Parts: sequence; structure tokens; C-alpha cells
Amino acid sequence: MTVPVHLRHDETFVLNLGPQHPATHGVLRVKLTMDGEYVVKAEPVLGYIHRMHEKMAEGGTFAQFMPNTARMDYLHALAFNHGYALVVEKAAGIEVPERAEFIRVITVELNRIASHLLWWAAFLLDLGGFTPLLYAFDDREKIIDLLERVTGSRLTYCYMRFGGVYNDIDDEFITGTREFIKRLRSRLPRFYHDLVTHNIILIKRIKNIGIITPEQCRRYGATGPVARGSGISYDIRKNEPYSVYPEFDFDVPVFEECDSMARYMVRMHEMEQSLRIIEQALDKLPDGPVMGKAPKMLKPEAGYYYSAVETARGSLGHRLVCDGGKNPYKLKLRSPTFSNLSLYGEVAEGMMLADALAFMGSLDLVIPEIDR
Amino acid sequence: MERQEQTRIALAKLFPAEPVVAAAVAAEGSNQEELPPRLAGVVSQDFARHGSHLDVLCHSEQVVAVAEIMDSEGFFLESIAGVDWLDKQQLEVIYDYNRLGGEHCRVTVRTLIPRIEPVVPTICGVFPAADWHERETFDFYGVHFQGHPNLIRILLPEDADFHPLLKDFMP
Repeated sequence: MTVPVHLRHDETFVLNLGPQHPATHGVLRVKLTMDGEYVVKAEPVLGYIHRMHEKMAEGGTFAQFMPNTARMDYLHALAFNHGYALVVEKAAGIEVPERAEFIRVITVELNRIASHLLWWAAFLLDLGGFTPLLYAFDDREKIIDLLERVTGSRLTYCYMRFGGVYNDIDDEFITGTREFIKRLRSRLPRFYHDLVTHNIILIKRIKNIGIITPEQCRRYGATGPVARGSGISYDIRKNEPYSVYPEFDFDVPVFEECDSMARYMVRMHEMEQSLRIIEQALDKLPDGPVMGKAPKMLKPEAGYYYSAVETARGSLGHRLVCDGGKNPYKLKLRSPTFSNLSLYGEVAEGMMLADALAFMGSLDLVIPEIDR
Repeated sequence: MERQEQTRIALAKLFPAEPVVAAAVAAEGSNQEELPPRLAGVVSQDFARHGSHLDVLCHSEQVVAVAEIMDSEGFFLESIAGVDWLDKQQLEVIYDYNRLGGEHCRVTVRTLIPRIEPVVPTICGVFPAADWHERETFDFYGVHFQGHPNLIRILLPEDADFHPLLKDFMP
């Protein structure tokens, strides 16, 4: 709990958290000004894994940038694939066969579950619980095997093409996915909720910690589970439906408590919803080609294009500016955690150090996606 | 549609008929045949094609007024992007606004500034989200956001003396 504390600014010291700290999950540095155990000021310092992806986009053709997209959010890489494919298809007016969109949704949702599982494992590791990681990685491994089968890679996918996907799914993938749905559904209550969610130690650590008000979400542009944990029912899959999401029946989990526990619960429920989407998509999977007609060399009409998708961490936007040439004239990536992290300084103020770390974990940071 | 219309009307108040200035903007970019110049003002556009409902082209000194309107209409700032139009010797700053739920309405606000003196007032005071996005645009394009409390490098090293997304940048 955040307690009001008499801050004696003349006796503060600076603590560098990172850039090589296990709790930052990558190379994020947070400059903490501390008064004893209490955070007076928290200032994230970014850029340690900055690779200038946007310049790379301008230097190559549209297709050449596709592999880069998976190297930003390496936990939900297929959503980045999807978002980039959608904005270029929008600009170039490429039609995608229905089967391809279904396969995109199935793989993106599988990847979303894998991302949430890894977040869950790492978050609990931050809080000092090691065992959950073993369960989560066991399940995550099944997803990665399934995705490896269709995409050819385990983490940095380059699976989507303009106009479809690169590889069709086969019966073995479909049976494997159905088995996985059954497996995760049976394991979620026992190994996830009984062991961890209802655990008093976890509840004490994250309940009422890191309160983000809905107004703060709006002022800082926080999206995804961070916004949904603050009572804002905002999910791009519902609010501005893209791909074939309108065909599926699923809920958007929203929790009103605004604390780290609420964000935790949002992600746990999202996994169940993703399972529902995958199940329906497998049932309704249409026949047909997985690649539409797309020219080899794309030259979209000059203009401004924007497209957003919902990744595991929030709203991913691609702002594309075309000048009629064969390269993107400008491609800006609006990554969700960049905005989500920007409220960290304001919220962490006055927290105890251990709580500030628990709060950071609840934001689900993926540093290469922030730094791009 | 209601929300879009309401926002459009609120924004349009910033652009009373101003044929003289608008014509000047048009003349500056008239040699560009790829992107036909547009007058300052608010235009509704096809969402399915462009991904935003309203396209606003404003003068650089108007961005704060626009941001205040967006704030009072309940929007949030999604991102700020720069574009370098080298042949026109102009930089463009694009602000993307969106709403967290409710009626779906995306607004794109664009402003063009001279490349030799790229100055835009900051909107940090309206949206704290702009702090990092403006620092990023400064980092990549050298756009000076006047009034920004902490306009320093964010993604590039703190001692960098270049702006890599400028089209004439040579590493």
C-alpha cells in the first residue's frame, strides 16, 4: 500500500535500476531518487536496445521490412506481423482470402496466450515465486511447437505476407491446437488460479499497489490490459474491428480496481477468451487459398495511412506515409508499452521500492518494443 | 457519427474562412504532384482507406489549441510522428488522436514547418503523453518543441549530434 510519507528531499540518494537488472526484463534503466525505502522520483531512461527500425523501413522495400516487425515485440511477434501486413494491404488495396485471415487470427491468438504465459511466469519470478515459471513454460512450449510447425520459427516469426500467409495449416496443427485448448483449460484453474491467483502472498504483494486511474490512462495514452485493468473497456478487436474478429463471440475482460491485481486478472481472463476465439476459428475455418493476388513490387498510392491492432500489451499503430515509390516514405511504429511506461514516473512516486518493482512487472514491459 | 460531427464542428471553429493564408500554403507545395497540397482545415475522410475519420491540417501555432479541443472532447494522444519532405524543404509533424471506447473516432492532425527552422509549440501541458513522443520526434528529426520541460534525447545516446530520420542524413 502506498503510505503518505514525509519526504526529506535533502537526504535523498539516486539508485540506478538497470540497465542490466533482472526485474527490468531487458535493458531498461530507471533512475530512482530514493528517500530510504521510498521512491521520490522515478525516471525511466530508454534507448539501450534502440536499433532504428524506422530508418530500416525507409531503406528497403515494403516486403523487406516484414522480418523486422518480429524483432520488436518478440513475445507477440505475430501481432506485429499482422499490424504491418494490414497497413500495407490497406495502402496498396490488397485483398486477403478469408482462410488466410482465419489462420492469422488463430496464430495471433495462440501467440497472445504464449505472451501472457511468459508475462505471468516472469512477473511471479519478480515477486520471488519460481515454481509458476515451470508450469507456464511447459504450456508455452506446446504453443511454440505448434507455431514452429506452421511458421517455421519459434520466436521471431515472419509468417504473414501481403495478401495472406506463407504456409497453410495442416490437420496435425488443428488436432494439436484442439488438444492444447483442452489442456490449458484443465490446467488454468489448478496450476494457475489455485496455486497463484488465490495465494495470499501474491494478493498482499499486488492488491492496491500501483493504482492507475482511468484519467491517467487517457492522459498518458495507456492501452491494452493496463487500460482494461482501470475499468476502461477498450480493445481494438472490439472497438475498431479488423481482420475477421467480428465473426467471433468473445468478451473483453475489464476490472475496475485500477491496481496491479486488476491488470493481472485481465490477462488471466484474456487467455480464456483467446482460447474461445481459437476454438471458434477452427470450427468455422473456411477452405480456399491462403495467398491472395499481390504484385511482387508494391507501389501504394501516395497518402497517409494508419492501422491499429491489439497486441498482448495494447494498441499497436502503424503510421504509414507513402509517396508513390517502392519504399515506405515514412513508417512510424506506435508501440503500446512506450506509452504505457510513460506513466510509470507519476504512479511510482511515493511507493516503496519493492512495490515499485511489482508495479513495473504488472505493466508487462517488452523493452525492444519500447526502444524499437 | 455524432461524435465525429461534434469533433469536426469543434475543430472547424479554429479555421474561419482564411483564403489568404490557405492560398499561401497551397502555393508553397504546388510543385509537388504526388501529394496535392491541401488548405488548412478539417476534412472528413474514408476510414476504411486511410485509418482515420478526420484529417486536420493546421498551422504550427494552432497545435496547442487543437490539443485542447481534443482533450475537452475526451480524446487521447496516440502518437506523434515526423515526416521529412526534403524537396519541399519542410518537416511535417503528425499527431494521432483516438478515443478510449465510446463512438469510434480517429483524428489525424498534421502541421507543416520549415525545415531550416523546425519549431512547434509543445502540447505537454495538455497531454503528458506528448512528453516522450515529442522527445522522440526531436531525437529523430530535430524538431524543436517550444516550451517542452525536458527536450533531451530519448532513444539515441545523450551525446548524439545528428537526427537520423532526416532524409539527407548520412551515417
